[in-house]
Amino acid sequence: MTGQAYAGRPNQLLRNLHSKIASIPMILTAVVIFLGGTLWTVFYSFTNSKLLPRLSFVGLDQYERLWAAPRWLVSIENLAIYGFFSLIFSLVIGFVLAALMDQKIRFENAFRTIFLYPFALSFIVTGLVWQWVLNPEFGVQSVVRSLGWTSFTFDPLYNQSIVIYGILIAALWQGTGLVMCLMLAGLRGIDEDIWKASRVDGIPMWKTYLFIIIPMMRAVFITTLVIIASGIVRVYDLVVAQTSGGPGIASEVPAKYVYDYMFQAQNLGQGFAASTMMLITVAIIIVPWAYLEFGGRKRG
Amino acid sequence: MDDTVSLKARAAHGASRLAPGPQGKKPRPMFSPRNIMIYGALIFAAAYYLLPLYVMMVTSLKGMPEIRLGNIFSPPLEITFEPWVKAWSSACTGLNCDGLSRGFWNSVRITIPSTIVSIAIASVNGYALANWRFKGADLFFTILIVGAFIPYQVMIYPIVIVLREMGLYGSLTGLIIVHTIFGMPILTLLFRNYFSSLPEELFKAARIDGAGFWTIYFKIMLPMSLPIFVVAMILQITGIWNDFLFGVVFTRPEYYPMTVQLNNIVNSVQGVKEYNVNMAATILTGAVPLIVYFVSGRLFVRGIAAGAVKG
Repeated sequence: MTGQAYAGRPNQLLRNLHSKIASIPMILTAVVIFLGGTLWTVFYSFTNSKLLPRLSFVGLDQYERLWAAPRWLVSIENLAIYGFFSLIFSLVIGFVLAALMDQKIRFENAFRTIFLYPFALSFIVTGLVWQWVLNPEFGVQSVVRSLGWTSFTFDPLYNQSIVIYGILIAALWQGTGLVMCLMLAGLRGIDEDIWKASRVDGIPMWKTYLFIIIPMMRAVFITTLVIIASGIVRVYDLVVAQTSGGPGIASEVPAKYVYDYMFQAQNLGQGFAASTMMLITVAIIIVPWAYLEFGGRKRG
Repeated sequence: MDDTVSLKARAAHGASRLAPGPQGKKPRPMFSPRNIMIYGALIFAAAYYLLPLYVMMVTSLKGMPEIRLGNIFSPPLEITFEPWVKAWSSACTGLNCDGLSRGFWNSVRITIPSTIVSIAIASVNGYALANWRFKGADLFFTILIVGAFIPYQVMIYPIVIVLREMGLYGSLTGLIIVHTIFGMPILTLLFRNYFSSLPEELFKAARIDGAGFWTIYFKIMLPMSLPIFVVAMILQITGIWNDFLFGVVFTRPEYYPMTVQLNNIVNSVQGVKEYNVNMAATILTGAVPLIVYFVSGRLFVRGIAAGAVKG
């Protein structure tokens, strides 16, 4: 609309020139880094680059090698388990906390501050704290044992089969506050007349939440889902700090696989192939959402 | 806003009873079963969230012998600040032994310029998108927003190459550029939405008075938007301080930020594990974002919610 103010100018390129100059960093970032960088990585994932990127194509070899690597399969399995439970638990815990906070309680600010403060901390700090709390020699396990239950075992970080749940506990501690905040904002946006109507009809409160409020908060749930999901695919620092992928390779995740192959094993081709798989995973989550959210109507 | 909340809450409260009865405030006993359940659940949850902070605190104030004997939840019998001193000035990472202080100052040197540069660029972008939209601007903006969801791992190596070509790989300047790039989507969205919400008449009046792009930005938009700049600052300071991946990938060891230094201290394999020093170091690293969080309060919530609000 403001472009019309300049309509007298003859040269199309010079129109709105200052705005274009000011947007150069954004254009460069969008085109060169985000678009160009992504295409570059996908392109080079079909080469057998080792220490340096080389243009010798090997077709889908890198992908075949990737899907035959036990470490990658463990990474994918971990991501699936971690992703599934972290989605379910953060949505459920976040919503229940938000619903409790929405009962016109006292000290709401104090409670919110407490639930949200872990979100201000880095994944490194989160991982190291929980590494200590879950330490079998000194942490929760030893405390319960010293209370008399001597056979109690809870050592997720030292047990290959449950280590990913140890990471899950830390991640939920860090992230549920954010989900609670988003849900609370959604609950506050619900029209009070809904509550009045359900009271007149004598519908119990839990039923109102389950069958009326939650379906009404569909948009909030979907947005939250996308935020949590794109965070899940990225999980890296937490694992590095808490377990460094161990014991053995039991808590490896795809993001760590990419980093290790690119910067430590000096096998760039593998790293590119793995990161392309991550990109595909994200696309599977994002594209349907973007289509539902922005498709069909033009934003202006 | 408060009225709606109280009305709704009252409605919610009444939902369990069929007949509304007389209007007006109903006397509510403080210790009704319903209240006990709600507060009980909230206090239980709050205890769970606070527990790690408490454990960190007490562990960092104990001596090692006490840690080996006691349990992690018991308060320290003898308070000692030695672990804090050691964590700050002499803990070893395997590369060097000057503790977290080196990482702290690196993080300061990274966070301050990155925050300023990224906000300066993103606010101008947002302003251009909101008030001076040119042909194709929306396309670039869409790429930018979609790019925010692409895993960093996909774009890291191309950036390494670009920085290497520019001779900036491994330097602080390179890392500042990286933080500016990856902070851009969310910040641009934040500023675009904010500038769009300002009354358009203001902009038009300034145009009629002959003000140009930069004059309007510096004389009108900037002074009117201080709150959103504070929100952006909170977002960037906590985000950049907490970053680990970019710090490892794009800098040399002498520039490692505090998070990397912390991880190297705690997870270093050499020597005896000193849990009290580790926990003191962890608190010190978390202190900056925590202070920002506790001081900023509602603005922090607004900042993180900005990511969730679509444009």
